[in-house]
Amino acid sequence: MYAFDYVKPASVADAVKALSAEDAQPISGGQTLIPTLKQRLGQPSALVDLTKIADLVGIEAGSDSVLVKGATTHAAVAAHEGVMQAIPGLAKLAAHIGDPQVRNRGTIGGSVANNDPAACYPAAVLGLGATVLTDRREIAADDYFQGMFTTALEEGEIVTGVRFPIPEKSAYAKFVQPASRFALTGVYAAKLKGGVRVAVTGASESGVFRWAEAEAALASNWSPEAVETLAAPAADGMIGDIHGAPDYRAHLVKVMTKRAVAAA
Amino acid sequence: MSIRFGDPDRPNSYIGRTVPRPNAPRLAQGRGRYVDDLAPPRMVHVAFVRSPHAHARLGAVETAAARAVKGVLRVFTGAEIAAVCSPWVAVLAHLKGLKSPPQHALAVDRACWVGEPVAAVVAASRAAAEEGAALVDVAYEPLPAVTDMMSALDPETPVIHPDLGDNLAFRRLHHEGDVEAAFAGAHKVVAARFRTARHTGVTPEPRSILVDWNPAEGQLTAWHATQAPHMMQTVFAQHLAVPEARVRVICEDVGGSYGVKVHVYPDEMATAAIAKIMGRPVKFVADRLESFGSDIHARDHEISARLAVDADGRILAMDVDDWTAIGPYSVYPRTSAIEGNQVVNLCGGPYAFADYRAQTTVVFQNKTPTCQYRAVGHPIAVAITEGLVDMAAAELGMDPVEIRRRNFYADDAYPVTSPAKMRFEGLSHHASMDKLLTLMDLDALRADQAEARSRGVHRGLGFASFIELTNPSPFMYGIGGARISAQDGCTVRMDPDGSIVALSGVTEQGQGTEAMLSQVVAEGVGVRPEAVRVVTGDTQVTPYGGGTWASRGAGIGGEAALLSARALRGAILEVAAAMLQADAATLDIRDGVVVDAEGGAARLPLEELGRIVYFRGDTLPKGLPRELVQTRHFITSDYPFAFTNGVQASWLEVDVETGVVTLLKHWCVEDCGRVINPQLVDEQIRGGIVQGLGGALYEEIHYDADGQLLNGSMADYLVPMAAEMPDMVIGHVETPTRESMLGAKGAGEAGTAGAPAAVMNAINDALRPLGAQVTEMPFTPERILRALGALDD
Ligand SMILES: Cc1cc2nc3c(=O)[nH]c(=O)nc-3n(C[C@H](O)[C@H](O)[C@H](O)COP(=O)(O)OP(=O)(O)OC[C@H]3O[C@@H](n4cnc5c(N)ncnc54)[C@H](O)[C@@H]3O)c2cc1C
Repeated sequence: MYAFDYVKPASVADAVKALSAEDAQPISGGQTLIPTLKQRLGQPSALVDLTKIADLVGIEAGSDSVLVKGATTHAAVAAHEGVMQAIPGLAKLAAHIGDPQVRNRGTIGGSVANNDPAACYPAAVLGLGATVLTDRREIAADDYFQGMFTTALEEGEIVTGVRFPIPEKSAYAKFVQPASRFALTGVYAAKLKGGVRVAVTGASESGVFRWAEAEAALASNWSPEAVETLAAPAADGMIGDIHGAPDYRAHLVKVMTKRAVAAA
Repeated sequence: MSIRFGDPDRPNSYIGRTVPRPNAPRLAQGRGRYVDDLAPPRMVHVAFVRSPHAHARLGAVETAAARAVKGVLRVFTGAEIAAVCSPWVAVLAHLKGLKSPPQHALAVDRACWVGEPVAAVVAASRAAAEEGAALVDVAYEPLPAVTDMMSALDPETPVIHPDLGDNLAFRRLHHEGDVEAAFAGAHKVVAARFRTARHTGVTPEPRSILVDWNPAEGQLTAWHATQAPHMMQTVFAQHLAVPEARVRVICEDVGGSYGVKVHVYPDEMATAAIAKIMGRPVKFVADRLESFGSDIHARDHEISARLAVDADGRILAMDVDDWTAIGPYSVYPRTSAIEGNQVVNLCGGPYAFADYRAQTTVVFQNKTPTCQYRAVGHPIAVAITEGLVDMAAAELGMDPVEIRRRNFYADDAYPVTSPAKMRFEGLSHHASMDKLLTLMDLDALRADQAEARSRGVHRGLGFASFIELTNPSPFMYGIGGARISAQDGCTVRMDPDGSIVALSGVTEQGQGTEAMLSQVVAEGVGVRPEAVRVVTGDTQVTPYGGGTWASRGAGIGGEAALLSARALRGAILEVAAAMLQADAATLDIRDGVVVDAEGGAARLPLEELGRIVYFRGDTLPKGLPRELVQTRHFITSDYPFAFTNGVQASWLEVDVETGVVTLLKHWCVEDCGRVINPQLVDEQIRGGIVQGLGGALYEEIHYDADGQLLNGSMADYLVPMAAEMPDMVIGHVETPTRESMLGAKGAGEAGTAGAPAAVMNAINDALRPLGAQVTEMPFTPERILRALGALDD
């Protein structure tokens, strides 16, 4: 790790100001950032801690949406009564991220800003058609994710929260990478007022994506059987690594979609 | 006088009981002392520059930038270390033809695997040393890397060490009887290709060493996380040109070893050399990435094998062609040919048959060196044998238990010599199988399997019988010329307060050696285990011994402890007899008190005896022997190894949509002779099974075709985790060895030996109705789906 300054702003405005310094970077749960720094893969001038900003922590469950603020931990989402009732699939997703240590520190803002291709939250954000809130605007999920580790965020822009519409039904099915517990392939399937959405994480070299064929099939027949009749998506463009070849991941997309629908 | 082990009501009956571990509270309260806890004055840290290439010629080493880092004291190149540390060659005379080139502590002309140390940076802190190491600029000229096992000997393949002529390290063919004729006349022949994956030991505490050189005394002291302190004493002495008597190796707490910490590592030798050059204590603790790239790997084998049976399921012949790739050097001083050699020695082990042919071919590779890891060669031999036996049973439509029963040596057939020329003193395959079946309710499991199958749920049951080589004699290493001791010693003394101190040559790495020694000594002398303090792991203090490896701690070290404890008991009773004017034969020691053997009336507490001997010796008869300290050494002599045996069973479910295997339950019955401490034995079996399950389902070191290590972290190298582990039921049959009073054989590796085969057979039992079979470990979900034809290619 290289030396850096540590800044602890009390408000989003102060944080944005602190982030305008050259090479300053936000830190939230640190679950991704700290390991990166330990390996000397980054050299920020300052880390701006978002977790002490009162406005960035908490959950508001409304009648048609749930707002999870940016620095809210996975453990808090998993244990929140309102989330469990309104979007049980989201609470369960949060409850199975990593391990207890990771869930007690890692946050939704960090996860969504990082957009790891194997992360769980991006599947829920895209699968539920959520809105990412930042210090300066609101971004629809479909516009927000732009490929592995790439998002619509601008330099110094902070994710202040994510607003999830409450679906009729939804669930997340994850095939875990056995060591890290990240998603080797994870599918968030949701039946919403506006239609069906199926978002896949962990599988594609382009990051989280919507599986259009499954959405179409499920729109007319919301059942695992509707997925069964589909061909798995093409292996081309899927991730291949020591944990699974592209065709294996493509196969899992179909299996996990069926399981998500069955669980919803 | 013998101990009535069969009588649980005998006095001081600690052998055979679960007693508390003396070191457990200390470790649980964070009071352990591992190498990294030590920080003597003037200590410095070393970090290594490691080759990023699998094979490269080394050019100029630019060190100025590293030396400019604040805190960095010195930078060493290979040539500078070679000036004080001579290279080693890991061969053994009895492994005929084994060859390996000289290996240096830091690579001198060439680096031969990714992770080989090429330079060392010494600094006042580890952070500064690492920062310096990152700035050392080595001019590498990449050379072609040899990374494929099966083509290593092809004429087009480059030769890693031109001086050796080819990439063949060792080959051994063993042929007994007439294999071709037996196969030609067989009723059925089954054949398969098996693969076991290169994996490693993943010790919780990484390799650690702290070495000091005191020029005033000419003494080298190494605090070392090692399994074999006396062996390391010799190694440091020989290669750093210090008299053996001037090398002290101290081994305090060790956080797991599994065979990883019984070898000579270049970075550790370099650390010692640097201490000698700088005259300061130097510490090296491997980080996890370094561990993956420099701890020994193991089990990288590809095997073709076949088995011939008659119409009754009797095994007629077995034919095994084993290949293994060991890295660029045979590992010092045990060599890297032992694992392949064990495969030849152990295949077919439980079964009576006549015609056997097995060959192992050991080739060099530009990957991390491999060497002995828990259950050396056993998981491979057991997987080959038990895999083929199950395939034969399926061909014949025979029950897997029945085919084993038809082929086991009869329990009263011993002693016997196997077609691999292994000599068995006494095994219990039939009794172990009987015991296993009483533990597992086979009928209910088969009914459940059929019922689940009707719902499209695929469960499988797999068996694996095995033998395990323990308590090795000098036949393992000593006859090959290595200074690796097969004997071990123990000194037991009584101090004035009547307490007992036992100094043993075997070592503790977390497995409970100290508990085992304390209860053996307690029973042998006649005191409570709490009254015994055990000291291990200091070459200047303990009797000379081999340390802990090859499941020898209890069988060899325990027997030495028992013999010395009994000798001390005799010495105490002789003094007591003189004091009490009684015949020593009428006295006994119980709970730390000298008593009448008949009736048990208390005569003299040991602390009173101690007071007289140590402070009022004038009151004892002149000439009365009063050495309340006794040393005994033990070595096996009737058999080269004490073989143990056992059988495991695995019950699991295969998700045929995802390929995931869920372990539902696991059983193991093993026969390690006398069980000294049931809980410790059971936990050794369980821990061993978990490591075997790791090899079966998860663990694999991946390299690309250029020899780059692809998974050097715990996020990418899969180890078995608690959540995936099944309940394990452990049972015992006891066939004590007659070579010792204690009768104990080894128990540390049996779990690892049999678990992978049991899992393989259970998966194949589940898949058989679907026409699929797997033989390539680890059985990842993807491999299972490919076997099922669920993926396109
Ligand atoms: C062992 C392990 C297992 C894991 N398993 C899973 C899993 O199963 N599923 C899963 O989804 N994730 C998993 N994770 C990731 C974890 O869930 C964290 O959510 C993730 O690491 C990022 O969140 P964080 O709060 O820790 O962010 P940090 O590490 O603090 O930051 C990550 C990045 O985002 C930036 N950032 C942080 N907060 C904001 C913000 N509010 N606005 C803008 N930028 C921001 C930082 O500058 C940094 O670049 C795992 C992590 C570990 C270590």
